[in-house]
Amino acid sequence: MSDASLNTASPVSHTQEGEAGFGDFFALLKPRVMTLVVFTALVGLLAAPVGVHPVIGFAAILFIAVGGGASGALNMWWESDIDALMKRTQKRPIPAGKVTRDEAFAFGITLAVMSVVMLWLATNALAAGILAFTIFFYVVIYTIGLKRWTPQNIVIGGAAGAFPPMIGWAAATGTVSLESVLMFALIFMWTPPHFWALALFMRGDYDTAGVPMLTVTHGRRATRVHILVYTVLLAALAIGAAFTGIGGPVYLAVAVVFNALFLRDAIAIWRRDEDQAEADNYRVEKRAFRLSLWYLFAHFTAILAEAALSGLGLGGWT
Amino acid sequence: MSFREEHELHKRRFGRNLGLGLVLAGFVALVFGMTIAKVSNEDFAVPKIEQGAD
Repeated sequence: MSDASLNTASPVSHTQEGEAGFGDFFALLKPRVMTLVVFTALVGLLAAPVGVHPVIGFAAILFIAVGGGASGALNMWWESDIDALMKRTQKRPIPAGKVTRDEAFAFGITLAVMSVVMLWLATNALAAGILAFTIFFYVVIYTIGLKRWTPQNIVIGGAAGAFPPMIGWAAATGTVSLESVLMFALIFMWTPPHFWALALFMRGDYDTAGVPMLTVTHGRRATRVHILVYTVLLAALAIGAAFTGIGGPVYLAVAVVFNALFLRDAIAIWRRDEDQAEADNYRVEKRAFRLSLWYLFAHFTAILAEAALSGLGLGGWT
Repeated sequence: MSFREEHELHKRRFGRNLGLGLVLAGFVALVFGMTIAKVSNEDFAVPKIEQGAD
């Protein structure tokens, strides 16, 4: 593949190869995204009805995290040109001139291959296969293929972030089931309103980089409508999941509370116009974004709690 | 003979090498742990060697 069009005038060209520190390479793994990957994969692994040896479970989560990190490094390799333009991403290792693009590419590819092979050896071919597909999907389909071409980029990118619990579940059981698909769907439906809320108050960054965010291509009114539609669908899915194998009374209580709060914010975002939002410095949009972080954490913690309770004979509806 | 002050670059290289060394040591320990966990599994059985028709 050619990368000649990328990064012709960024500070990257001045970077000396081989002089990056350990922390610079660690930053390429997108550690903050990795925490979400680790947490949701862990819940998928522990919620599965099959027990896993603690060392194998630890290895599985570690290799899923490394695979996620490798995707992040390859994403930064490809996007170093637009990262250099956006305030939010200017301090990443490549635009900051700490790591060269070639180093990031080699690092990402090595970790991607290693994580898939090691997950296969530690668990099974299905889990490794889904991890390989996730890396391919995030790097090739989303980052290289669609992100700069469609305003639905967030929806498509969300799928890549939704796979970790499915991989965790497959690592334990060797199968894909309704429960693991539901955990996938929960993150998949949560990602668009989460990122569109961010895009509403981080205005300017994506415009500068020329990334076709919904806010830019279809306008901010359409983005507000999209946030509401996705939040309604998400609420139906999240509450419906309470009546499946991963749900139960604890999960239902958490889902009802958090979906009510998220819906309240989504409706408020939908009812506001830009003048109102600018007048209070996007207070509601920022609140919805912060709430969305707690929303996902709460749902997956509740799934974990139901799994722990069922270990004591108390979980689920029985 | 005088000792030159260590350059920031050398500190960075040392940090990177130390980090890589620790990661590799951790990886070896993990593979060892995985091996022990796998062979300790009740389902684990050494594959039978097929006898050739000689």
